[in-house]
Amino acid sequence: MTTTTQTAELETRLVALAAHRFGKPASSLQPSDDVFEKLGIDSMQAMELLTEIETTFGVEIPDYELQGVTTFSGIAALVRRRLG
Amino acid sequence: MLTTEPTTMSSPRDARVYAMLDATRYTSVGAMLRDALVQFKTHTAFTELDRKRVTQRLSYLDVKRAVEQLARRLEDAGIGAGDRVAIVMTNQARWPIAATAAFFRGAVVVPIDYKLTPADREALLAHAKPRVLITEYPLFAPHASGALAAIPLILVSEAPVDARLAHAERWDTLGTDDDALATAAPTFVPRALEDVATIVYSSGTGGQPKGCLLPHRAYLAQYTALTSLFPLGVGDRYFSILPTNHAIDFMCGFLGPLCGGAMVVHQRTLRPEFLLSTMKSERVTHMSVVPLLLAAFERAIREKMEVLPSWQRAAIETLMLVNERLTERRPNRLVSRTLLRPIHEAFGGELRVLFCGGAFVEQERAELFNRLGLPVAIGYGLSEASTVATVNDLRPFRGDSVGRAVSGVQLRIDAPDASGVGEVQLAGPTLMLGYLDDAELTRAAFTDDGWLRTGDLGHLDASHHLHLVGRSKNMIVTRGGKNVYPEDLEGAFSALPCEELAVFAEGYLWQTRGELIGERLIVVARLKSGATDAERARFVDALQLCNQRLADYKRVHALLLSETAFPRTASMKIKRAELANELRLADAQSDVRVLGTSSESLR
Repeated sequence: MTTTTQTAELETRLVALAAHRFGKPASSLQPSDDVFEKLGIDSMQAMELLTEIETTFGVEIPDYELQGVTTFSGIAALVRRRLG
Repeated sequence: MLTTEPTTMSSPRDARVYAMLDATRYTSVGAMLRDALVQFKTHTAFTELDRKRVTQRLSYLDVKRAVEQLARRLEDAGIGAGDRVAIVMTNQARWPIAATAAFFRGAVVVPIDYKLTPADREALLAHAKPRVLITEYPLFAPHASGALAAIPLILVSEAPVDARLAHAERWDTLGTDDDALATAAPTFVPRALEDVATIVYSSGTGGQPKGCLLPHRAYLAQYTALTSLFPLGVGDRYFSILPTNHAIDFMCGFLGPLCGGAMVVHQRTLRPEFLLSTMKSERVTHMSVVPLLLAAFERAIREKMEVLPSWQRAAIETLMLVNERLTERRPNRLVSRTLLRPIHEAFGGELRVLFCGGAFVEQERAELFNRLGLPVAIGYGLSEASTVATVNDLRPFRGDSVGRAVSGVQLRIDAPDASGVGEVQLAGPTLMLGYLDDAELTRAAFTDDGWLRTGDLGHLDASHHLHLVGRSKNMIVTRGGKNVYPEDLEGAFSALPCEELAVFAEGYLWQTRGELIGERLIVVARLKSGATDAERARFVDALQLCNQRLADYKRVHALLLSETAFPRTASMKIKRAELANELRLADAQSDVRVLGTSSESLR
């Protein structure tokens, strides 16, 4: 599998996970969407989401890496880097 | 002055005996801290954790050694009375250690917000012109080479072995080569009450830096006032999660606990679930929060309630009512803890009070926590008046007000209207001396008779509790506790296709009165005359796009297109008050268009 398809798959899984957690239809979310804006959540809820993502993918992302990351693709890139 | 006889104060709530230092005996923060490190030497001063694990515990004696070693390095570098020492660090024991070492040498501490971008930090450092910068590697690394060249001494902690540090030094290797640093005690430099202790920046995102010069007397007066309301001493465990550069944590997570012998807990994450597990493992007794975190805690409680069987939920609802009755006049931790054990255990079971300031708390949420026996002490303050101007003393709990003026703070409502609302003005020993290198701003900040203009509008009720209802200054506070000055954000929109543009706080522009929760920003723009519909649409699209790319707290909520040229001063600055007045008179509020589904300002 190529890196591009792996990344796309990861993004889809992240979107699905977020949609489920905050009760939105997954079809309404795009990887390039702003997480805060689209889900209507605050930064603490975003951190809670991130912890769920970490548990699901078995990775650990320090808080300071999240500064300036606002989209699902951005989070996917952080997870991707750790999965190797 | 240097005797260490403790002030004994007993709290009627739990009959604990406190042996905090008496701030009225000292003329400087450094002198008080120096005594504290000796007086409490056997107690734990700091506990540090990563996500789950304790990584370090430091006794007051360990802290004394670290402080002396660093103070000795500062002394060797010629740092003494009045020299500025900037600190850019996340919450960790080295923050207060660095500040204490600087105070030992009579230096002025300049706390810089570590959450700012490197460029914004550099702008503040250029303004403050410190002789020393103390920082940590993840914050030091993003600065471009040469950006910090003007600072003679830079100490970096936690730098990897192969890190390139240019002229900076490693903190971690201080005194390890058995030189004089390891043995000789530093010379303590005394300071007077009126000498400057800190320079605290009350804004930092672009725009004009406002560095409040706060004297030693301000901190000593605040220490006395706050500890008389909320004693903090040996056996107390304060969880420091607000940035230590922020006035609240500087007092409640550094000076307050250290001068009383309490322990401060630092954790390398802000994720609510890890914070909750630490509150439990470290049996946290006090902490300060912003409304956002209070909201996260409420979700945690509700999740816990939801999994309980319905009879148990009903029982808790009843117990909350009972608790409310029994603690009507003042909090009683033992009663609350016994009645509502499962809830209290989620917060570690030892929590006495949550301080919430810096931003405004939803009344219902504060009331819920109080019913659960986890009282939220809501306060109000601003950097210009050191830490806290008013606070609720919890006797009884009030969720509708930001409390009464603390001792040492005089408060008046200037030129009240028919409903008693006017500008809140402050006087007393906690006020700043002025803004660094800015006589014009300083003049504007004070009235002719020396009272500080807060720019906040409010009224006092019959029991002298302050109610804030609006602002007479163009500014908002986000739910994350961040001060945002709209004019500082205009640079982000400078590339848009329009003739001129200004950003306003919605409440300032329309002079609205009400709760200061969810404050929003409005862009006022003028396009070239005779702009076509297509050009207007292009402008709105460009604005939306630009807005999306901004950090959420900088995003504007709505747009107002203006036809007339903005009033300007001779030096071409926008006359904001006049422009706002023109727009109000023109009844422009109905022409405002909301942009997309703009999220609230959050951080």
